Amino acid sequence: MNIHVRGLSRTFIAQGRETPALLDVDLEVAEHEFVCLLGPSGCGKSTLLNIVAGFLRPSAGEVRVGGRPVTGPGADRGVVFQEYVLFPWLTVDGNVQFGLKLKGSPAAERRAVVARYLELVGLAAHAEKYPVQLSGGMKQRVAIARALANNPEIILMDEPFGALDAQTREVLQDELGRIQRVEHKTVLFVTHSIREAVYLADRVVVMTTAPGRIKQVFQIKLPEVRDRFAPEFTHYESEITRVVKEEVAKVHE
Amino acid sequence: MRRTRILALLGVLAVWAAVSYGNRALGVMMPALLPTPGDVGTVFAATARDGTLWRHVVTSLGRIAVGFGAAAVAALALGLLAAMCVPVRLMLEPIIEFVRPIPPLAFLPMFLVWFGLGEASKVAFIGYTTFFPMFVAVAAAVLRVDVTLLRAAASLGAGHLDLIHRVIVPAALPGIIVALRLGFALALFVIVGAEFMGADAGLGHLIMEGRTFFLPAQIVMGALVLGLLGSVVNALLLAAERRLFRWREAGATS
Repeated sequence: MNIHVRGLSRTFIAQGRETPALLDVDLEVAEHEFVCLLGPSGCGKSTLLNIVAGFLRPSAGEVRVGGRPVTGPGADRGVVFQEYVLFPWLTVDGNVQFGLKLKGSPAAERRAVVARYLELVGLAAHAEKYPVQLSGGMKQRVAIARALANNPEIILMDEPFGALDAQTREVLQDELGRIQRVEHKTVLFVTHSIREAVYLADRVVVMTTAPGRIKQVFQIKLPEVRDRFAPEFTHYESEITRVVKEEVAKVHE
Repeated sequence: MRRTRILALLGVLAVWAAVSYGNRALGVMMPALLPTPGDVGTVFAATARDGTLWRHVVTSLGRIAVGFGAAAVAALALGLLAAMCVPVRLMLEPIIEFVRPIPPLAFLPMFLVWFGLGEASKVAFIGYTTFFPMFVAVAAAVLRVDVTLLRAAASLGAGHLDLIHRVIVPAALPGIIVALRLGFALALFVIVGAEFMGADAGLGHLIMEGRTFFLPAQIVMGALVLGLLGSVVNALLLAAERRLFRWREAGATS
């Protein structure tokens, strides 16, 4: 399933004034492609993701997913949030099978799927714990397992590792890379970390600030399993950094 | 913790005993005006033995169960509706803000006029009194539900009804239980007033009978039984809460 964004604009009303957050954005995400939206805060990248997720309506333009216009949230687009958003009254197991229960999958199937995805994110031993008992990194693993267990074709991730410490962040990036090599989802991933984007993405889309537009797109031609210290990696990193810096500088003018 | 609490209660009992027995010995005021723990115990034992006490307790609890129960169901349904549906909320808000500050007892005579002296007036009065605070508390609890939880559930395929019973109700449940505790305490509070007027049974009636026939020990006994009932129900609800909401404190036990 592909994502097709055409002429997308969104304005917010702040203090009685209309402020454009997104302006005339066109974006294609091919099936099985991993695209990172990159830009300084306030560039509208989360707004774009929220519109694709169906949480927000665009002011103009449209989003099509697998050819069908987006009218609201749906099980075809799994979402992973920065602040995890697990259901605190459910155990890890209950969280991961939430979507399957909604679909009415039989218990045996649910058990098998939960076991598989908890194994994939390395939390098989924690199925009966409640979210309050987990660290941030573990919570985000549960959230990823919950999104994957529902088997959506598209995964939307809104700065999923933004609240984690640097070490946990890299561990989870490694895990997500490994998972993607197995699952081949269509992924739209919002981040403000250039390293993260170069490490994970097939394509990095750099956005401008206020209003958010697409500034430049980088095709990352690196092997599937990436080395953060390879010269090609750092080359991409510095090239993208240069482009992003122009935008950050504009904010401070 | 537990020992301190028991000691505090024993202390109150000791002060009461000292004052009332002292009064009896010194004759400061008419002994019957200040019943001793012994007097109250005697009335308790006598009414418990011949069954009149239980009849009054059951009568009062029955009225509370029906009035409070109906109000709780209505408060839950309307509270959910008002929190989720903006036009309903905008309509109900001014009405509730207008009615809420009126002391419920001010309307008690109205209920007697409307529903007569029988069961209906008491039950309706308890329902009326407990509905508003429970409704407000339920609506507030639902409004506090994090909208991102709803987004997360919707992205997993939840429809409107799924959102209500799989997300909104469990997320708001701690607040809903608080609303119920509040409502029950209030029901116990006003049942006495309702039974003061034209009741032939119930703890309020028992207390009023104590006044009519000049039996202060019976008045005190009725009040203490009401207090005890309130404590027991509150303790039960708290225990249920702890069982139900292990997920909130699970971190502390691991």
